[in-house]
Amino acid sequence: MLNLLAQTGTEAGEFLEGLKAIGAGLGYGLAAIGPGIGIGTVVGNAISSMARQPESAGMVRTTMFLGIAFTEALALIGFVVFILLLP
Amino acid sequence: MNLLALEFPPVNHLFDWPSIWFEGTPYAINKTVLIYLASTLATIAIFGLAGRQRESLVPAGIQHVAESGVNFIEESVVMQTIGPDGKKFMPFLTTIFFFILFSNITEVIPFIQFPANSRMAIPAALALVVWAIYNFVGVRSQGFFGYLKNSLFPPGVPWILYLIVTPIELVSTFVVRPFSLAIRLWANMVAGHLLLVTFAVLSAAMWAAGGVGYAGSLLLSFPMLIMMTGFEILVSVLQAFIFTILTAVYIGGSMHPEH
Repeated sequence: MLNLLAQTGTEAGEFLEGLKAIGAGLGYGLAAIGPGIGIGTVVGNAISSMARQPESAGMVRTTMFLGIAFTEALALIGFVVFILLLP
Repeated sequence: MNLLALEFPPVNHLFDWPSIWFEGTPYAINKTVLIYLASTLATIAIFGLAGRQRESLVPAGIQHVAESGVNFIEESVVMQTIGPDGKKFMPFLTTIFFFILFSNITEVIPFIQFPANSRMAIPAALALVVWAIYNFVGVRSQGFFGYLKNSLFPPGVPWILYLIVTPIELVSTFVVRPFSLAIRLWANMVAGHLLLVTFAVLSAAMWAAGGVGYAGSLLLSFPMLIMMTGFEILVSVLQAFIFTILTAVYIGGSMHPEH
């Protein structure tokens, strides 16, 4: 692969930079899938329980934010990897 | 970086500020440090001034701000997570909430527009303080071996599963907790700042391009920038709240072990 690129006149360093950029973008995108689904589940269930029992809305909201915070951590770690891989 | 002929500044330029005073010494002061000093002073000023005022039945002005802040922390953080005996942590939690809120909200204040918490140092230091406090509270209220036993060997688990559960609990309680606490605050602020910078640069570049760019700037990117600014106000408050509530949850967990 690298030989082929050398023939077309591309530097190996540029090639690696490109791979890094692709990896960063793909990595963040993949890391966002799971937490996206997870936050959707958390908030959806919180809304349906608030609609069922509006008097418990305060407690449900606090717990919902807790759940979001724990779920979101994975997406944020993906974002950190994205920042670290940026050229 | 150059995206679609758009000059986007390198990421380092958005977060690295040159020193203003005492350059070259470990006490160099730059914009981040100034924001932290200002938010410390603001936190002290609000509660200092509110505490010095004569107590009035109908709170007004700064006393109102302080009282509703304390009330908010008590109602929706302490009572929900620790319970009535968590009231001795009220000063700590309230201070942490207001300090993080003030250093986050500079993200959307015109002419400052930099969230100080998008530098890792202070979030990491705060997370270490929280780590020390909840371990100290755990050791004090359950004893050293009781705290270790309750946090590493959660009751109600078949004994063979402790082979798996104990290492996971060890890592998640003593390593991942402070790490994720710091990363959560820092990465949210970095992401928000990058988002705002992206739309600001986009609006300016489209406006500078002229022609159809005027319409694109006015109709697409500038409304988006305003919307994102509103969203970032929400995120700033929410991250301060989440940091506080997670601190309270960790303290509550080491005060009252699960039965």
